[in-house]
Parts: sequence; C-alpha cells; structure tokens
Amino acid sequence: MTEKQDLVKGNEAVAMGALDAGCRHYFGYPITPQSDIPEYLSYHLPKLGGEFVQAESEVAAINMLLGAAATGVRAMTSSSSPGISLMQEGLSYIAGSEIPIVIINMSRSGPGLGGIAPSQGDYFQAVKGGGHGDYHLLVLAPNSVQELYDLTILAFELAEKYRNPVMILGDAMIGQMKEPLLRRTPEKIVEYPKDWALTGAKGRPQRVLKSLYLKDGELTAHNWKLHQKYEAMKKDEIRYEEVFVEDAELILVAFGSAARISRTSVMMAREQGMKVGLFRPITLFPFPEPRLADFAKKDVGFFVVELNTGQMVEDVKIATAGRSVDFFGKPPGALPTPEEIFEKIREIYPG
Amino acid sequence: MQAAEKKVFERPRTLKEVPFHFCPGCHHGIAHRMVAEAIDKFQLRERTIGVASVGCSVFLYDYFDVDVIEAPHGRAAAVATGVKRARNDRIVFSYQGDGDLASIGIAETIHTANRGENITIIFINNTVYGMTGGQLAPTTLLGQKTSTSPYGRDFMQDGYPIRMTEILATLEGTAFAARVAFTTPKNINMAKKAIEKAFQFQKEELGFTFVEVLSACPTNWGLSPVDSMKRVENEMIPYFPLGIFKERKAADVL
Amino acid sequence: MIQSVIMAGFGGQGILLIGNMLAYAALGEGKHVTYMPAYGVEMRGGTANCTVVVSDEPIGSPIVGKPDAVIVMNLPSLKKFESWIKPEGKLFLNTSLAPADERTREDIAFYPIPANDLASQMGNARLANMILIGAYVKATGIVSQDALIDSLSKVISERNARFIPQNIEAIKLGADQVETANP
Repeated sequence: MTEKQDLVKGNEAVAMGALDAGCRHYFGYPITPQSDIPEYLSYHLPKLGGEFVQAESEVAAINMLLGAAATGVRAMTSSSSPGISLMQEGLSYIAGSEIPIVIINMSRSGPGLGGIAPSQGDYFQAVKGGGHGDYHLLVLAPNSVQELYDLTILAFELAEKYRNPVMILGDAMIGQMKEPLLRRTPEKIVEYPKDWALTGAKGRPQRVLKSLYLKDGELTAHNWKLHQKYEAMKKDEIRYEEVFVEDAELILVAFGSAARISRTSVMMAREQGMKVGLFRPITLFPFPEPRLADFAKKDVGFFVVELNTGQMVEDVKIATAGRSVDFFGKPPGALPTPEEIFEKIREIYPG
Repeated sequence: MQAAEKKVFERPRTLKEVPFHFCPGCHHGIAHRMVAEAIDKFQLRERTIGVASVGCSVFLYDYFDVDVIEAPHGRAAAVATGVKRARNDRIVFSYQGDGDLASIGIAETIHTANRGENITIIFINNTVYGMTGGQLAPTTLLGQKTSTSPYGRDFMQDGYPIRMTEILATLEGTAFAARVAFTTPKNINMAKKAIEKAFQFQKEELGFTFVEVLSACPTNWGLSPVDSMKRVENEMIPYFPLGIFKERKAADVL
Repeated sequence: MIQSVIMAGFGGQGILLIGNMLAYAALGEGKHVTYMPAYGVEMRGGTANCTVVVSDEPIGSPIVGKPDAVIVMNLPSLKKFESWIKPEGKLFLNTSLAPADERTREDIAFYPIPANDLASQMGNARLANMILIGAYVKATGIVSQDALIDSLSKVISERNARFIPQNIEAIKLGADQVETANP
C-alpha cells in the first residue's frame, strides 16, 4: 500500500489507476487532450510485461480491445470526442458480446473537429447509447485527479461485474489539471469469475463471444438479458456526491468539471446566506434519478449547470418531474468562472 | 475373416459433426476443412482462438470446435491483434471474405500485416459480396456483372480488382503470403500445403501469415457449381495468379 | 485560507514551470492545491498562462474569475488579466517587458519588478520567471521560500540540476525586490 501524495496530472492519474487495477493491455490512438495517457502507458506497460499498441485508428483500437478483453485480461483504451465517435461501432459490439472493457473519454469540443477546449457535449453519446442497438455503457464522471484514479480502478471492477463496457467521462479540464494524488493501490484486486473468457477449448467445450443472434426469439431474449443488467446497475451502482443539500432551497446539479467549478459558486452562495446545495451525479448511467426524485418531493428548485447547451438537464427534468429546473449552459470556448455561475444562482434563487 | 479396415478419410477433430449451411458448390466448406486439418496436423485445437468476420463465414463457430470471437465488419484483423497480444501463446486466425478484408477492413488488414502480428488470415476471394446478395466487391473482375454493377465492372467507375496477396507480400511484417485455389487436384494440394505452412509459421512465431483462397460463389454468380469451378480457373486465376508471394525463412527474422 | 493566482506571459518564459513549482511547494507544506494550465491552441508559441489555487480546505473550482494575484510577464498578459484581479489584490509585473504606466488599476497592490533586467544582470535572462515567483511568494506568504526552493528539484530535470543554485539565487533576488517594491 503506497501512502505518498504526489502532484499528478489528471490524465496520468487515469493511467496510474489502470496500472494499479492490474490492467496490462492498452490499445489507443493519439488525440489531444488525452495523449498523456498513451504516453505514460507506452513507457510503463512494457516494463510490467504488458502490451501497448498504438493502433492505426480508433476503429482498430477499440477492436483490438474487443479481442484482448475477450480473452479475460483487463484492457482499456482512451480517446477524446472525435475518436470516441469512431469507437461507437466497437462499443456496440462489445456491449452486445458482453465483454468487460474500460474506455476513457477525455472529451473535447464538437461537433465535428470542434476544438480542444473542455466540453460536456458528449453526455448524450455516453449515457444514451452512441452506437446502434439497445445497450448502455456504465458511465462514471470524476471531478478530481484523485477521483480519476479511484474511479478508473472501480471501472475495471464494474466492467467485470456486469460484463459491460465502462466509460470514464472526463474532459480536457480535469485531464490537464494537476492535484495531489494518493496512489492507494488496492491490496486485493476485486475480480469476478471469467467462465466466458476465450483461452482455447482445452478440456472444456468451445466458448463463443458474439452479438449475432438469428434464431427465433434468441435476440429478444438477449436484449432482455442486457436490460436486466442495466436494471441491476440502476439498483446497485448509483453513485453521487451531495454538498449542503439537507436544507437547500435550490439544488445545483452538475457533473465532472462543471460540478467542480460550481462547488465554489455554491460556497459563495452559502457565504451570502443563500440555502444552495450541490448534487453531483458520479454515475451518469445509471443516473441518480431516485435521489433527485426524493428531493423533488420537497419544495426545492433545481439548477443544472453543464458545459454544453443542455443535455443532462433532460434527465434532471425527468427525475424531478413537476419541479422548476433552471439551466445554465456554457458551450465550449471559455470555461465558466465560479463567479459567473454564482451570478446565475443569485438571479434564480427563490425570493 | 474380413481384411482389417484402413481409415483413409475422416472428419477433422477441429470440425464439429454438423452439416455446412453453405450453398451447393460454395468453396467455404473445402476451405473450412483445410483450415481444420492444418490445426489438427499441428495439434493446435485446444489453444486456437478463431475470429469470425461478417459475411457468409460468420458462422465459423458453428463448425469449428475452437473458441471463437465474432468481429465487426472488416475489423477481424484488429480483433485478432488484440487476442494475440493478450494471449501470445495461443494460435489466432481470422477467416474473412473479400468485402470484409479488402474493402471495409483494408486498413486493419494492412496494418496488422505491417506490424508483423503473429496471426494467420484466411482470405476467401470470390469476387462478390455473398451474404448481402451479390454486390460489387473490391475483387470483382472487370466486366463482371453484380447486383450493384449491372453493366459490368468498369474501371472508370469502380477502379480495378485489388490483389491483396501481392500488396501484403510487399510488407516487411508479412512472413508468408500465398494465393491458392481448389480447381485441380494439384491446386488443392498446393492450397493444403499453403494453409499448413501459414499455421506452422505462426507456431514458429515468424510473423504475419496470409492465404488467399480463390473461391466460387455459384449462387451469386448465377452459375452451376461446375461452371463456377471453370470460372475460377479460366477467369480468376489469370488475373489473380496462384503461388507463394512471400515466404520468410526463419533466419530472416530479426 | 484560500489564495489564487494567475500567471501569464509568452510561451517559453517559464510560466507553467513556476506554476508547477508553486503547486509542488504547496503540496510539500501539506496544503490543498490545484494547478490548471491554460489549455488551447496557444499551447505552442503565443501566450501561456496557468491558474494555481492553494488552500487549507479542499478546493472547489480550479478555474478562477477573480484571482487574488496575477503575475504578468509580458504586455499582452497585462492587458488581458489586470482587470481580473480581485479588489485589494496584487499585481506582479515584469516591467522589463510591460511598462508600469500601461496598468490601469488603482485598487490593487502593485509590485513592479524589472525581472528580465535583473536576470540579465545575473547573467541569465531566463531566470526572470524565478525572480517573479520569488517576489510573489515573499509578498503573499502563500508558501514558505524554503518550500518553493525545495520544489525546484521536482520541476528541473536531473540533467539540468546544475542550474538549481542559480535559480535559488534568482528566487532570493526576487524576494528582495518585494521589500524594495512599493505596494
């Protein structure tokens, strides 16, 4: 157990988390602003007997990941928005074939080539599907360097627990920032049985990992089976953070870097005597809908802040049906300052 | 008293005891069998992982009694790369058609060869998209009519048929590249040897191995099985010559 | 206690380096800290800036709209960031490259430091950033000078370790300027 804090860049914390989770296989393609991840791993993985492959494209990378993870090893890729778009096909196959993988999206801005500034414009893509078919990724949204590390380790566990792809949705802000990191290497890596892994049919029947089901009723059953997994995630895996929500008259809802900036705005409001709280979903899928629904039973307003023109706000509206939901969106370009968000709070604060 | 029986022909252990679903006269069955025989010959079945591709050959796992992963269309070489990198002591092969390998998956194919991934690709070239109903393939011959080249392939419109084996043979990472066909007993023997050599090379970790099989698709060609065989011999082989285009000697490995 | 600072200048002036130093120094003193480099196409060439927040409590936003202080190494950065400074905040200005009379704010403490000239006098113009961070740390007490000096080994590679004594000298020279500067 390491107990030393070091100043670490967010992207590197992801790479460290992957190594400490026992991941020894990485497949990726360079793209700003996440190239620190492949750079770090290309240096460390060979020394650990692992495999680092710079693929010819994101399309190839996600499919190498499909192949490697199908054999039961812990494997991951990382990219940023345009690259993640290219990986959607593979993600759909991986979800359909029920192969555990971890994918990092240090998102940048779009649409198209967009820019390299931080953005949360990939929320829909991450939580609503992205590729074709009826599936979900399990999506974790860290908001600090420490959480990037911790959630990367968790991502590998959850991927295996559910045999489902897990995405870390960060952005250029938390990927580039540096903070103290406590690299608390897990003493024991939580692993799940891999009675599905392709290792060669020695002394056992053949194993097949596939997503094609053509026989009568097979695909229906398969889709319902996947659905059951997503329902189980909704029951057991919802994670969130709450700050000053108990007596709040206005609850600010934000994830990732928007939540990080908003936290200071909430403190500013509190200093002014305004009863404002912060609710931060850590899992974006499963979305902490029941918890928000609980708040909605009280007389409380909701204020959603996102680095886009309004995506998660739709889920907040569903969860809090009937309550007023204000929204402040900041599309990519410049990050909002805490002062800017505080001004918005002041405008909409009840009374 | 009867004379002792001598078994001269049997089902390869690597193939399951099920009938193929392929159309009459299709060469997939022969190619499947040859691959299975090669795996048997080197006793690799228990450590082989196959990669099925999208196309008529997707049901690989219904016939081969080995672990199999199904790849998205065109991505089999990348998937095979991932499998091999994770389990480098296993034998990994993909089995792909011309649309899959030479069109949508050409980037993955070339880069996998160029990295010298120690895997084997069996490439079935029948100059047509089979599963989707006979559309133009990158290997469709000039003048050949398909459901999307109803006037015959015109190079002004669709370019020329692509010769994958020759392309891959130019790459340093390729250890073995051959083109074979099943048209004559001689060619069948050559095909068998080439497929065996590909697996042998993989076993010896010499690099990327590739065997292109000129194959018949009577259904989409609108020909009888016999005429289809003639077409392979008379039309395909002249454009896609048979032979070994690259064969690395063990000593060549750096 | 929470203090924020934006450091800005041309790429190549060592802005991100002194930002990192401050972050390491804060970490060395057991404080909470965030370091946020400006992230944009201007990463290579053009202007460079970073934001550092140091606090005794966990830090919310690493992005700051009204910093307690700004360290400015060139004129464009003065034009951009002077207006951001909190009332009663501090401006550390490299007057070698940004003339003092270009500033407009009267409600902030002003630390004019001819960093490039001083560095040249020391025989190495590249030490200007060290002079400014030395002055900043002295004037704000955000971290101790010892912690700042200790951070040098974190940001300067072993290959360049021979330059560390020079850098220490420059930090101290910067600190001396604060006593002579006119807040």
